[in-house]
Amino acid sequence: MSGDPKLERIAKGNALALCATGTWTASFAPALERMVADAEELAGSPQNIFIDVSEVAKLDTFGAWLIERLRRSLTKGAVEAQIAGLSANYSSLVDEVRRVRASPVAETSAITITGMLEQIGRAVAGVGGTFAGLIDMLGAVLAAGVHVLIHPRSLRLTSTVHHMEQVCWRAVPIIVLITFLIGCIIAQQGIFHFRRFGADIFVVDMLGVLVLREIGVLLVAIMVAGRSGSAYTAELGSMKMREEIDALRTMGFDPIEVLVLPRMLALVLALPILAFLGAMAALYGGGLVAWLYGGVDPEAFLLRLRDAISIDHFIVGIVKAPVMAAVIGIVACVEGLAVQGSAESLGQHTTASVVKGIFFVIVMDGVFAIFFASIGM
Amino acid sequence: MAQDTQSAIQNPIIRVRDITVQFGSTRVLDGLNLDVKRGEILGFVGPSGAGKSVLTRTIIGLVPKIAGSIEVFGVDLDSSNTAQRRNVERRWGVLFQQGALFSSLTVRQNIQFPMREYLRVSQRLMDEITMAKLAMVGLKPEVAERFPSELSGGMIKRVALARALSLDPDLVFLDEPTSGLDPIGAGDFDELVRTLQRTLGLTVFMVTHDLDSLYTACDRIAVLGNGKIIAAGSIADMQASQHPWLRQYFHGKRARAVMS
Repeated sequence: MSGDPKLERIAKGNALALCATGTWTASFAPALERMVADAEELAGSPQNIFIDVSEVAKLDTFGAWLIERLRRSLTKGAVEAQIAGLSANYSSLVDEVRRVRASPVAETSAITITGMLEQIGRAVAGVGGTFAGLIDMLGAVLAAGVHVLIHPRSLRLTSTVHHMEQVCWRAVPIIVLITFLIGCIIAQQGIFHFRRFGADIFVVDMLGVLVLREIGVLLVAIMVAGRSGSAYTAELGSMKMREEIDALRTMGFDPIEVLVLPRMLALVLALPILAFLGAMAALYGGGLVAWLYGGVDPEAFLLRLRDAISIDHFIVGIVKAPVMAAVIGIVACVEGLAVQGSAESLGQHTTASVVKGIFFVIVMDGVFAIFFASIGM
Repeated sequence: MAQDTQSAIQNPIIRVRDITVQFGSTRVLDGLNLDVKRGEILGFVGPSGAGKSVLTRTIIGLVPKIAGSIEVFGVDLDSSNTAQRRNVERRWGVLFQQGALFSSLTVRQNIQFPMREYLRVSQRLMDEITMAKLAMVGLKPEVAERFPSELSGGMIKRVALARALSLDPDLVFLDEPTSGLDPIGAGDFDELVRTLQRTLGLTVFMVTHDLDSLYTACDRIAVLGNGKIIAAGSIADMQASQHPWLRQYFHGKRARAVMS
């Protein structure tokens, strides 16, 4: 590298020469830009100005463009400013940048109140679209399901089993661990507060009803939405980005039947199993804490549990599981197939999949609570 | 070839010595030596799966090697500190096989990304340079505001080249730049690489399968086989070689069609 770049003003007769020297490359771009901006102020002067580049040691696109920019701003009307002393090495580069027309760049729109209102409006209108999308997917999945019922051989069994392994078998350790801990915490809190009334033993009632009816299935569904719903969205989304789904379609396969149905089926089968295991782990954890912390020995715990809960509680809990699984699966697949070309879009839809999945799971739980209350279960 | 090595030693821009790369128990590169001279366009060929991309990725530091040394611009990349390494990286540009454009940024932002990181220049200058780069790679200014997902395969390659060139590097790595382009587009691309090499004084390391590129764009050709460079030299040397794969490659049907 040979020296810092300079732009010197040298009077030559009645003309003014701007002599560029040194290295005119990207590394010196900030300094170059300042020099050129200074020199551009000469544009108003009556003298004839030309740019002498014979002393330039090294030139790249940045340097060449800045010289070209200077030439343009010094050009007055029909009289073009000239570039002198251009070596053969660099003439093609200068010719190249001469062809560039500096088009004004689109301004990024500033945030305005109307813009914000517009965004809110669009978001509200988008809610309707979300529901339409979910119902659309539900219909497509049911249609594919009916098709599979009529032609059982078209069921992707391998794929279903694979997804069962992913969402059910591999989820067991974490689900069991977390529900176990939640069971422990419920029992401990229950004993701590009930003890003041001398009602320690009722912690068993609370634990049994709460775990079997609500906590077991709700907690497991939320965890599955976070664990498997996001995975479904990311899988389908990246397949969408890489045109794999288009490829399937052109080969005459229905992506719903090939990709969505096995995933839905796996989830609908997995969630009741996980909810059952979760409920058992929570009861076990609660029993353990009741024994070690509350002094309720296992025999008394089981006896009380048998009185406190009936099969109805268990059924109420487990019936919700496949419905919640279906909701999680449909939301995840809709979001996955809505991914556009960019990595950012994949991230947005994966987030939306988990958020909407959990939201709908809780809404469904509320709807079930009203339903079971009114039929007296 | 002896001559080649001798002149390369004077001023090699890339100096690769005894590189060994292994994935699991498969040895992909086995004691490979290669010199790339300043200002040349080196075409790099070899059968599919021979490790052409692996060598490129090893040189730019994306694949770990188990033995050997790599010098780029006279800097040994293993013993260099972070600042030296960044300085080297600032002076090379890489065109990946699939383009590897940032999908959440527009074309303009993609090209400006390295400038923003390495140079402190005004937005106006960055915009103007972006337009210059787009014009150089033969794209219209309107493309600047599009996202990569809205571009055709050929346009992605061109934008990726513009991004690779955005800091005016001394060295560019092109991984199959003309694959997936139509013959006219590929021809233009070769011409473009030639022009850029002339105007910007680039050194080009080009992995390619395209016989046309080898004939029209490359100064020198290196052939990879069995984890080593089996031949290096001009296109005439390649045609004169008696190596079975080279004979097939340069005297096959397609080669004859290109020659005629």
